[in-house]
Amino acid sequence: MADTAEDDAPLATSKESGAAADFTSSLIDGKGHAITARAVTINKPAAELYAYWRDFANLPSFMDNVVSITPLGGDRTHWIVKAPGGKTVEWDARVTEERSGELIAWTSEPGADVENSGRIEFRDAGARGTVVTATIAYDPPGGAVGKLIAKMFQREPAIQARRDLRRFKQLMETGEIATSSRTIAQLQEERA
Amino acid sequence: MRALAWHGKHDVRVDTVDDPEILNPRDAIIKVTSTAICGSDLHLYDGYIPTMQSGDILGHEFMGEVVEVGASSTLKKGQRVVVPFTIACGSCYHCGKHQYSGCENGLPADNQDIAQELYGHPMSGLFGYSHMTGGYAGGQAEYVRVPFSDVGPIVIPDGVDDDKVLFLSDILPTGWMAAENAQIEPGDTVAVWGCGPVGLFAVQSAFLMGAERVIAIDHFPHRLELAKKFGAETINFEETATYEALMLMTGGIGPDAVIDSVGLEAHGFFVDNVIDQIKASTFLGTDRPHSIRQAIIACRKGGRVSMPAVYGGFVDKFPLGAFMQKGLTLKTGQTHVQHYLPGLLNAIMEDKIDTTFLISHRLDLEQAPDGYRMFHDNQNEVTKVVLKPGLGFAA
Repeated sequence: MADTAEDDAPLATSKESGAAADFTSSLIDGKGHAITARAVTINKPAAELYAYWRDFANLPSFMDNVVSITPLGGDRTHWIVKAPGGKTVEWDARVTEERSGELIAWTSEPGADVENSGRIEFRDAGARGTVVTATIAYDPPGGAVGKLIAKMFQREPAIQARRDLRRFKQLMETGEIATSSRTIAQLQEERA
Repeated sequence: MRALAWHGKHDVRVDTVDDPEILNPRDAIIKVTSTAICGSDLHLYDGYIPTMQSGDILGHEFMGEVVEVGASSTLKKGQRVVVPFTIACGSCYHCGKHQYSGCENGLPADNQDIAQELYGHPMSGLFGYSHMTGGYAGGQAEYVRVPFSDVGPIVIPDGVDDDKVLFLSDILPTGWMAAENAQIEPGDTVAVWGCGPVGLFAVQSAFLMGAERVIAIDHFPHRLELAKKFGAETINFEETATYEALMLMTGGIGPDAVIDSVGLEAHGFFVDNVIDQIKASTFLGTDRPHSIRQAIIACRKGGRVSMPAVYGGFVDKFPLGAFMQKGLTLKTGQTHVQHYLPGLLNAIMEDKIDTTFLISHRLDLEQAPDGYRMFHDNQNEVTKVVLKPGLGFAA
């Protein structure tokens, strides 16, 4: 493991090229060459947040680009996720590590359209609630050009992770997901 | 329903659009009875605010009757409410600290990106004020969908006129917070730049908080007269050298606290202001901050600077040296409306604060485009335009 970190900053904020490799090597069967991370503080206990997240059927309620997550038995799930140009990408994911109320780590299985792995951590933050940190490693679809195209269509994993965590926070703290739509028809179009 | 929609610079129209519907459990639908045009709406009208889209419904000062409620709303049909212009959830860390305009959940997740890039953090949502602040449809309409209706709107007792309480939605709490941010001590002299509604409410608030003298600065004679009515001394900056006057009036010390309630469209022919105007029109700078510069230069050493005025982007020639050398303190921010509502409603009920003096024009919603034009073109006499859906054209 090439140790690129010389300060205390999270790996995902490193300017060094080896950061993604450092992260994936800290995971069981980690994979993916781009890395993104996001932290959000949620005014709820860690156990409650963990329980909601660990029930993977709940994830599409705040992950806008996830079409479906189907249980395959054991620790495996099948993911269908929106991609640019009205397409979808799919993969099987396997939970590689979990500590109740603390963390869930996963990795994609061979044959994934987008190879990915990562870790979501729930850390008690006292009176402020819980710090939820998602760190995701992935292979941008179609390399650099694919990443650019995905970004143009707002489906870049880093953008999605950022927005998904905000929606998770909204749902957990307020019981609903904020929308500025005025009518049911507009809301349906927005969520389509 | 009918609603006032923005279509471009100096182009607002009353359009027919679909009625709003309950979308989330905490929503309520309000049937608007009174809604005002805010000075900051003129920033939209003049095209200074980015992320506006054609068809956006304007208006963030409104009140009305509850006509529909979501499952988790605490409001009841038939109640009359004033709605804060800031959309805040009441559940996050910032709302818990009563920093409602810093609410983390008021903005839709996608709309948070712009403020996150520009300011480092997303802010609360605002009604009718561009997509950077959420893209929420505003209150210059017959009906409005109000999110988090269990937290924001304040119920108004029967028998209290709309005109007395409408300004709880924005400008009264904004003027009050401006005075609070000036951290006024008994015996203080407070100088207020800009005698628009916020400035005039800041004048009233400053006296209520114990200021001995308030000096109001503007160039509209009618507005200065209103300030005088509340006991302020006045400076007309077109006729008077403001800094020199302030120094003479305060024995060379300068005002103990200064309040900038002018903001990004400061009027007047000052060299720096003209340069700002050129820069704004060529996108080299976005804000025209003459008033805040002058306030900082005039403020006494160790004094307090309060800035309720709206700024959105960047400025240059900010007198950082004067600010540091004189050891000033700056407090600012969008108003934490929800925090101030109960106390200010009481103050109105007890006749400690008068707000009705401000209203110069009452128009039907259908006349809203005329209202914008009048307010824009004649700020001397048009101090506040209130739109009343269904009022008719006789008024």
